[in-house]
Amino acid sequence: MNDTEPAIRTRQLTRHFGEVTAVDDLNLEVPRQIIQGFLGPNGSGKSTTIRMLCGLLHPDAGDVVVLGQHLPERAEALKQHIGYMTQRFSLYEDLTCLENLRFMADIYSLPRPKARRRIDELLTRHDLHELAHRYAATLSGGQKQRLSLAAATLHEPELLFLDEPTSAVDPQSRRDFWETLFELCEQGTTLLVSTHYMDEAERCHRLAILDRGRLVANGSPRQLERGITAHVIRIECEVPHAVRSRLQQQAGILSVTQLGLGLRVLIEQRIDNPLAHIENGLSDLAGSCQIEHTHPNLEDVFVATTRLKDGNPSP
Amino acid sequence: MNSLIRLLAIMHKEVRQLRRDRLTLGMIVGIPLLQITLFGFAINTDVRYLTAGVANQSASQLARWLVADAEASQVIRIVRQVDTPEQLENLIRRGDIAVGLFIPEDFTRRLQDPEHRPAAQLLIDGSDPLILAAARQLSAMETLHRIEAPRKLQTPTFAIRPYFNPERRSALYIVPGLMGVILTMTMVLFTAVSIVRERERGNLELLINTPVRKAELMVGKITPYILIGLVQISLILGLGVFVFHIPVNGRLEDVYLAALCFIGANLTMGLVISTLAKNQFQAMQTTFFFFLPSILLSGFMFPFDGMPTAARWIAEGLPLTHFVRLMRGILLRGAGIGELASEIMALGLFSVVMLSLAVRRFRKTLD
Repeated sequence: MNDTEPAIRTRQLTRHFGEVTAVDDLNLEVPRQIIQGFLGPNGSGKSTTIRMLCGLLHPDAGDVVVLGQHLPERAEALKQHIGYMTQRFSLYEDLTCLENLRFMADIYSLPRPKARRRIDELLTRHDLHELAHRYAATLSGGQKQRLSLAAATLHEPELLFLDEPTSAVDPQSRRDFWETLFELCEQGTTLLVSTHYMDEAERCHRLAILDRGRLVANGSPRQLERGITAHVIRIECEVPHAVRSRLQQQAGILSVTQLGLGLRVLIEQRIDNPLAHIENGLSDLAGSCQIEHTHPNLEDVFVATTRLKDGNPSP
Repeated sequence: MNSLIRLLAIMHKEVRQLRRDRLTLGMIVGIPLLQITLFGFAINTDVRYLTAGVANQSASQLARWLVADAEASQVIRIVRQVDTPEQLENLIRRGDIAVGLFIPEDFTRRLQDPEHRPAAQLLIDGSDPLILAAARQLSAMETLHRIEAPRKLQTPTFAIRPYFNPERRSALYIVPGLMGVILTMTMVLFTAVSIVRERERGNLELLINTPVRKAELMVGKITPYILIGLVQISLILGLGVFVFHIPVNGRLEDVYLAALCFIGANLTMGLVISTLAKNQFQAMQTTFFFFLPSILLSGFMFPFDGMPTAARWIAEGLPLTHFVRLMRGILLRGAGIGELASEIMALGLFSVVMLSLAVRRFRKTLD
């Protein structure tokens, strides 16, 4: 296998479920040894894409090459080299942590001595030694997630898929979890993580934003922020509620978000002078407001790309 | 080699989960115990002591003898004395009695009637055919030999010799078939549910992302149940032999060989159901959809010879039909497995067809 080749490459990948187009003409390249994020609202096609990339779903059209293997034909050959952490906890709840890991080691045909070593390493890394003989059903959300990750990485996969891995986990566990993901990445694993948390998206090396099955943006978080196709304006005022309802009726406004006493406003790029546009819209209210340009963040990018009906996806 | 490791891993895991699943463990032992107790003790097709009412309008000694003889036959037990046949009809309609015995006023005169009109009347609740059949025994009662004293004794056309079950005990007839009924219920249900449960709990989504092959998964999951099936067979057979004195006229190894083939057929059926059902509830419904015709058409409950041709064809496609024949053959008639080879072949064919169907239908994808 050629290591300079991307870990994942899709061309015009499409999948329908009845009338609904879950994934629409998706072209994606994921280089090796990075954390690639998938950001998108529910139903944007994140899970469907991941399932097609693992060979679990057949695409209706398009090409998929994962780790040099063409899918879906070579799906079975791929299984030994990928790991998959499902959205739901999918290990056996009536087995203990250790029994689950031993079972998975056998399923991946790890030789016994190696299996023992790997299981011991992973119990240490994920701080699971004390829980080794507890039934999986009795674990907390964060503990289950660590166990799932340990099971998914037992056979040292080159490519690891994580489908919304942190949906049932507290913030501290999430931070620890991401530390582990970075460690894995440094050791040479390519990771694909789907999420709908901005702080997680922020951490990815590259981030693909999906909206209704289409790829609307892809790049590093900084690139995406620089390439935003909207003006970001911050308004400080005494009556944010009134200002907000006034702005929402105005043309060219993509979104208005209240943050404490401030408002964050996204304005379409075709408006040449956004500050004047807002002042005009507010008329009598404008006097009491402080209106200024501000730096776009990832959430702005997400809103701008998923709100624009005919938006041009940034590179 | 890897394939064997994966197969063993799945079997090992399955056994471990079974050991921890108290409900299933309870069912493995509880279902056979409950069923054999119910069928063996409670169900008796040899009906006796039907509740009866008498309307005796004749004051004669002969009429009293008739009533006494009818009761002495043990077919009926008189619980009500009334005056008119209309009252008997009412009691039957209300379900208070199953049989009404009406003796008219002119009973003694009718007995000497040259036209041989019946002297008395039996009113029978015909809504249950077994009651009807039992009560008809009364009409053959030779009660009136006391009156028609020098009656010519008839030579019977046939002498009946009931082979294999001379005492006509119901248990002897029921227990061999019951072994099959219990196995059908537990084996099909356990396999179907055990795979569907993995799908419901999301375990399958994890497994299909691993190198495990579908044949390994299926064989690994059903193999432990073969052992459970054999345990159940031994349990029922043991109870049958020691409590209900079922004879083992054939060879015991033939019984187990037949049981093994039958267990295989049911497990593969369970696999097919697991590929059809989306959740455990559907798996149970589908199992009962298979279970009911099995019970009704296999010859376990109703004789095969009474069924119309179409029903017989369906019955030939059900493993239970063949197993009931095998068990009655080996246990009661002392037949060898060689004499019943066609039944074994039918079970084998069923298993092969179902297994290939299940492997074809099972997908390692989520499409």
